[in-house]
Amino acid sequence: MSQRFRTAAGGRIDRARPLGFSFDGRGMEGFAGDTLASALLANGVHLVGRSFKYHRPRGILAAGSEEPNALVEIDRGAGRRTPNLRATQVELHDGLVARSQNRWPSLAFDAGAVSDRLAPLLPTGFYYKTFLWPPRAWARLYEPLIRRAAGLGRAPDTADPDRYVQCYAHCDVLVIGAGPAGLAAARAAAGSGARVIVCDEGAEFGGSLLAEERARIGGVPAAEWLRDTLARLEAAPETVLLARTTAFGYYAQNMVGLIERVTDHLAAPDPALPRERLWQVRAREVIVAAGSIERPLVFPGNDRPGIMLAGAVQSYVVRYGVRPGRRAVVAAEGDSAYRAALALHAAGVEVAMVADLRDAAEGALPQMARDAGIPVRSGATIVGTAGRLRVRSVTIGFSGGRERVAADLLCMGGGWTPSLHLYSQARGRPRHDPTIGFVPRTPVPGLTCVGACRGVFGLAEMLADGAQAGAAAAMRAGFAASGESWAVEDAPSCECAPPRAPGPGSGRAFVDFQNDVTAKDLRLATREGFRSIEHVKRYTTTGMATDQGKTSNVNALGIVAQAVAAPVEAVGLTTFRPPYTPVSFGALAGVARGALFDPVRTTAIHGWAAAQGALFEDVGAWKRARCFPRAGEDMHVAVARECRTVRETVGLFDASTLGKIEVVGRDAAVFLERMYVNALANLAPGRCRYAVLLGESGFVRDDGIVGRLSADRFHVTTGTGNAALVLGLMEDYSQTEWPELQVWLTSVTEQWAVIAVQGPRAREAIAPLVEDVDLSRQALPHMSVRSCQVCGVAARLFAVSFTGEIGFEINVGADHGLAVWEQVWERVQGLGGAVYGTEAMHVLRAEKGYVIVGQETDGTVTIDDLGLGWAIGRKKQDFVGKRSLSRPDLAAAGRRQLVGLALDDASRLPEEGMQVTAAAQDRTAIGHVTSAYGSGTVGRAVVMALVADGRARMGEIVFVQMTAGAMAARVCDPVLVDPEGARLHG
Amino acid sequence: MLLIPCPFCGPRPEIEFVYGGEAHIARPADPSALDDAAWAAFLHTRSNPRGRHAERWRHLHGCARFFNVVRDTVTDRFAEHEAGG
Repeated sequence: MSQRFRTAAGGRIDRARPLGFSFDGRGMEGFAGDTLASALLANGVHLVGRSFKYHRPRGILAAGSEEPNALVEIDRGAGRRTPNLRATQVELHDGLVARSQNRWPSLAFDAGAVSDRLAPLLPTGFYYKTFLWPPRAWARLYEPLIRRAAGLGRAPDTADPDRYVQCYAHCDVLVIGAGPAGLAAARAAAGSGARVIVCDEGAEFGGSLLAEERARIGGVPAAEWLRDTLARLEAAPETVLLARTTAFGYYAQNMVGLIERVTDHLAAPDPALPRERLWQVRAREVIVAAGSIERPLVFPGNDRPGIMLAGAVQSYVVRYGVRPGRRAVVAAEGDSAYRAALALHAAGVEVAMVADLRDAAEGALPQMARDAGIPVRSGATIVGTAGRLRVRSVTIGFSGGRERVAADLLCMGGGWTPSLHLYSQARGRPRHDPTIGFVPRTPVPGLTCVGACRGVFGLAEMLADGAQAGAAAAMRAGFAASGESWAVEDAPSCECAPPRAPGPGSGRAFVDFQNDVTAKDLRLATREGFRSIEHVKRYTTTGMATDQGKTSNVNALGIVAQAVAAPVEAVGLTTFRPPYTPVSFGALAGVARGALFDPVRTTAIHGWAAAQGALFEDVGAWKRARCFPRAGEDMHVAVARECRTVRETVGLFDASTLGKIEVVGRDAAVFLERMYVNALANLAPGRCRYAVLLGESGFVRDDGIVGRLSADRFHVTTGTGNAALVLGLMEDYSQTEWPELQVWLTSVTEQWAVIAVQGPRAREAIAPLVEDVDLSRQALPHMSVRSCQVCGVAARLFAVSFTGEIGFEINVGADHGLAVWEQVWERVQGLGGAVYGTEAMHVLRAEKGYVIVGQETDGTVTIDDLGLGWAIGRKKQDFVGKRSLSRPDLAAAGRRQLVGLALDDASRLPEEGMQVTAAAQDRTAIGHVTSAYGSGTVGRAVVMALVADGRARMGEIVFVQMTAGAMAARVCDPVLVDPEGARLHG
Repeated sequence: MLLIPCPFCGPRPEIEFVYGGEAHIARPADPSALDDAAWAAFLHTRSNPRGRHAERWRHLHGCARFFNVVRDTVTDRFAEHEAGG
C-alpha cells in the first residue's frame, strides 16, 4: 500500500492532491505540501544516500536546510540535472525525478562501502600520511583513486538551459526568517507603514509554528494566529513577502543577498519565469530571525538511517502527517525532545522509551510524557546502535547496567544552537552562555537578532522579542510604530540543554555527517598537535562540507575543548562565511552569460572584415582583424603578403580601436604641456607630434599622437587598451591638481572610425576622395592634421605613419565609417593594394623599431630605456613624472635598454618573453625579448629586446634562451627599415 | 557592495566608482625643489590607518567627478552615514 507511514489525518499536506514521483526509479506517491523527504518517509524510505568518505548508509536526519545526509540528485530533464539538493527542502511536485548519490551499483548494495571496512587505514588526514610511497604513485594512482572515491553528486555536463535574473531592492526593514519572532517583528514594522521585506527559506511562512499542535496565541490556536498574521502582511501595501528565499549572505552597509527559488517546485513552470532570482536588498534595518538548529547526539553508531533529530521528527509528524517509524526511542538531553515523544505517541507510534541523558527529568514536558504513559528513564547514555540499512535496536546504558531496546526510529534531542551565521558575517562577536551556547554579544548597527537566533526560546518570549524589535527598527527608520503583545497559552516551558561534550565511547561516533568526521578523528587531531579550532577544522575537514557544519560545529567545538582541556569560549567558534546554503552559479551569473558574459567591442568595419574572411584577435574588449588570408593562404603567408603590399604598394588598415580624447579649452595646450613629456604648447595648429605620457613615478604609461586642430582644440590618440587609463589620469590632474585650468576632456574613441592608408601609393589612393586639401608633401608633410571632407563626409585627416611608409589616417564619424572605408578600399584595390591586419601592422612597426606600450614596456620601463629620450621637451620645468627621472634608480647605469637582436640562424624565431643572457650557459638574465616576428623585408626575424646597458653593447653577441637551447644573437639597432626616414617623408 | 555618498549624485553603489587612493596628497608645486627622499615620500608613503581614512573616489559611471570622503577602514562606514544616522 502506498504511503503506509502516513497518519490517519492532520498535517498541512493536501490529502486531496496526490502527487506521483520517483526515487531511484521506483514510483511512489506523496501529497501536495510534502517535501521529498517527508514523502519518502511516508513511504517508509529512510535509506536515501551513502556518505562521503566511508559510503555508510545514511538517512534523513533533519527537516530543514541543515540536513547533512539526505542529498539527492533532481532531474528535471535535459540539462536540468541538479546534484546535492537537500531532500528536506525539495518540494514535491507531480513527476519529480530524484536519485540517490555516491553509490554503485545500487543504494542498498554499494561497492564503495569497502572503505568503511578500511576505516582504520583512513584516519583523519590519511592522505597526508598513508599514501607517501612510492612518490610517483601519488599523482598517477593515489590521487586519482581518492578523487574518484570522494565527492557526492555528479556535476552537470551540459550548459544550463534555464534563465536566472538578478534584481535590486531597497527597504526600511528586512526581516530574515518568518518563524514566530520574525513574523511578530514583520507585523510590528509593516503596521507602521514602513517598506518591509520578509523572506524565509521555506515554502510556507511560519517556522516552528508549522509544527505547533498545542499552543494558543492571543486566545486562538497558533495556526489561526499565523493565518491572520500572513493576511495582515499580505494586505500591507509596502510589504513584500518572499517565500522559498534564503538570505545567504550579509554584506557591508546592510546589503543582504537573497536567493529566491521561483520554479523548481512546479511540475510545469511558466517558461517566462526565471528559475531563480538573486536579490540584492539594501535595508535601513535588518532583523535576523534565523532561529536555531538542533544538535545531534554524538554516540557510537549515531548515523544509521532511522536516527533523526527530535525536532525534525516532531515536524514530520505534526506538519507532514508522517509516522517516521513503528517503534521509537527518544534520547533527550533537554525538554524539547519530549515534544517529539508526545507527537509520536499521539500519532500512534509506540514510544518504547524516552532515555533522558540528564540525572533527573522534572519539567512540565517530561511530566506530560509520563502522564501519557510513555516510559521515561533518566541518567541514560546511548552506548550504541545496531542495524545495517536502518537502525534496528538501541543499546542504552544506565548506572545499573545496559539495556538493548528494539526500535526502528531513534530521536536525538541534543539542545538547540542559535543560528549566528548572518550576525557573524555582519562582524558581530558572539559570547558563550553556559546554558545556551554562543549567542550575540556586540551590537551591529542597523542589525537586530530576535528570537531563537539570539538565545530567546519559548513561544511567548520569541513573539514579544520580535514585536519589540520590529517596532524599534521601524522607529529608527523614521516610522511611528508600536509592538503588539499576545497572551500565549499551552506552550509548556522547555528547559534548554546546554551544549556538552560527549563521553569517549568505543566505536565511531559521527560529528560531521556530511564529511564523515568522527569524535575520534577530532581527538586524534588534537593529539597530533592541532590546538586552534581553525586548524582542527581544516585538518579534519569538520564543518567544511556544503552544510557548513550547521549540525556539527558546536559538537566538534565541545570535543576539541575537552581534548585540549580548555573552556569552550577560549577555543572559540570558526568563521561563518557566505553562502548560508549553496547558491547556484546560474543565479550568480544572472544574464552575464553567452554574448553578455564579456561584452565585445567591434568597429564600424567589423562586419566587412568578417565577410572578407578575416581572422580576429582580442585586444582588450575589442575584436581586431588580425589578418586577411586569401584562398589557400595560411596566416603566415597572408601576413607576409600583407607586409609586402604595404612596403611596395599600399595597404588599408582599420585603426578605429585607437583611443581618442578631445582636449578643448583656453588652457588645453598648457594642460597637455604639463601632462606629456613633449613640448606641446608651441605645436602649430595643423601639426601633430608623437607624444609620451609618464606616470608620476617616471615610468612610461602610454604614447600617442597629439594633433592640434586649432588654438584651443586638440585630438589626442592613445593605445587601444589604454584609453580609459589615460582619460582617468588626465581627469585626475584636471579636476584635482590644476582645477584652475580651463580644459575639457571628452572620450571620442567610439565617435571616430579610423581608416589608415599606408604605403608608397597612399597619397595616390586617397587623393580623389579628399576635398579642399593639398596632399602634396610640401603642403601636408608627415605629422600634419586637417579638418576636411572625405567622400563628402566631415573628416579629420592625419598624415601619420605607424609603418614607416607614407601614411594617412582618415577619421570620419563612426556612422560613415563603413561607407568611406568601402570607397577607399575600391581605390586601394584598384592600385593593387591590400587590406592588412594587426599582425602585419606589428611586423611593419617592429621593422621600424616603433614601440608598443604594454609590449615593449611593463610598467618598469623609462622613456630613456626605450631610447625615446629625444621626445622630452628640454626646456620644460615640469611635467608629470619629470622629477622621478632623476631618482637614482631611474638614472642608474645597467638599466635594460631597447635594442634589436639579429639571430645567427635566420630561420629561427624566438618567443616574446624569452630570457637573454651574456653567455650561453649563464643562468642569470641580462634582458628579455619583447617582440619577435618573421620579416620578409628584412629576411630574418625582427627581434626587439630589453637588454642591460643594451645601447653600449651594439655588435656584441648575447644569447637568447630558446626552448631548444641557447641561440647566439648580435645586438643591433632596432630600426631595420629605412633608418633615414626617406620613405616616410617621400 | 558599498554604498558610496557622491556629493553630486547622492548615495550610489560601489560598482559605479573607482577608488582614488588617500586624499589630501597634493602634488608639490615645484617637484624639482624636493630631494629624493621627500619625492619618494610623496610618491609612495601613505598613512594606511586602521579606522578613519580620508580617501578619494571618482564617480566614473555617473558624474565622473573626483571627491573626498572619510571611510572607516574597519567598519567600511562613511562619515556622512554616521553623521546622518
